[in-house]
Amino acid sequence: MSLKELWHKLGSPRWFYQMSSPWVTAFGFAAALLLVIGVIWGLVYAPQDYQQGNSFRIMYVHVPAAMVAQSVYIGMGVAGFVLFVWRMKLADVAIAACLPFGVMLTTLALFTGGVWGRPTWGTWWEWDGRTVSTLVLLFLFIGIYALREAIVDVELRGRASALLAMVGTINIPVIKYSVEWWNTLHQPASFTISEKPTMPPEMWLPLLVMVLGIYCYAAHNIMSRMRIEILQRESRTQWVRNLFVVDKVSGT
Amino acid sequence: MNPQFETLNEFFAMGGHALYVWLAYGSTIGVLLGNFFMLRSAKKRQLRELKWSARVAAEELATENE
Repeated sequence: MSLKELWHKLGSPRWFYQMSSPWVTAFGFAAALLLVIGVIWGLVYAPQDYQQGNSFRIMYVHVPAAMVAQSVYIGMGVAGFVLFVWRMKLADVAIAACLPFGVMLTTLALFTGGVWGRPTWGTWWEWDGRTVSTLVLLFLFIGIYALREAIVDVELRGRASALLAMVGTINIPVIKYSVEWWNTLHQPASFTISEKPTMPPEMWLPLLVMVLGIYCYAAHNIMSRMRIEILQRESRTQWVRNLFVVDKVSGT
Repeated sequence: MNPQFETLNEFFAMGGHALYVWLAYGSTIGVLLGNFFMLRSAKKRQLRELKWSARVAAEELATENE
């Protein structure tokens, strides 16, 4: 299947519903496997940090939550762009499906950050660049969710949330560079793609496993939410009816 | 690769950081599991509703044909 064909097919929620089924299962199992390995590795086998001791193990849940929350937002921004320019229905479904997961993951990132901050910085909360920009990320997720709840007209709801999702992506580089611009409490990135990690492999390998696990879980969760959303929206169409007919009357 | 703790008590104590470590892991695992099961029950509920409405539609069609 060429890219152009794929693009064309993405216009059909029905096609997405049918092809996504095995992916949801695969991502679900991959997530379960990776997360179980990652949690045990991070909690039991990863060496202690020479400064932070065992509280450093919080990194294995905090960093993946924060990283994937930002990725989910970027994904939502891209879906917003697609919806705004090409009016693709599936993009609107994707925005709706990203929101609850984004709220959950950003809340977790902020909470585990506070729990890590207490023994490390001596405070649960600090108005530092990264914590504030992550709080803004949470408010963006909640804001778009609230906006969608408030607008009844489907067309307008889609365009308004697409626009806000796109504008909000400005916050992503702010989160990324916050530790460099405002050098306050938050430590710099634990993990970057471009540079060699400063941690030994015994420390960053479990982090990699956890990050991949949360990415797989995000894919599983968002795709299954999209499937629910598609069935909801298309519940009156013949193809959805045919999925649930016990004894098929016609062969369509 | 060896475990970093000699005893189970040592593992639970987390070198004095038990509260923070277990709070962070507990909340993450709890929220993820809760999220998983909530979505699963939403899916099941929708399936039941759609099956029901499909049956109603089929019965209506059957009475019309009679």
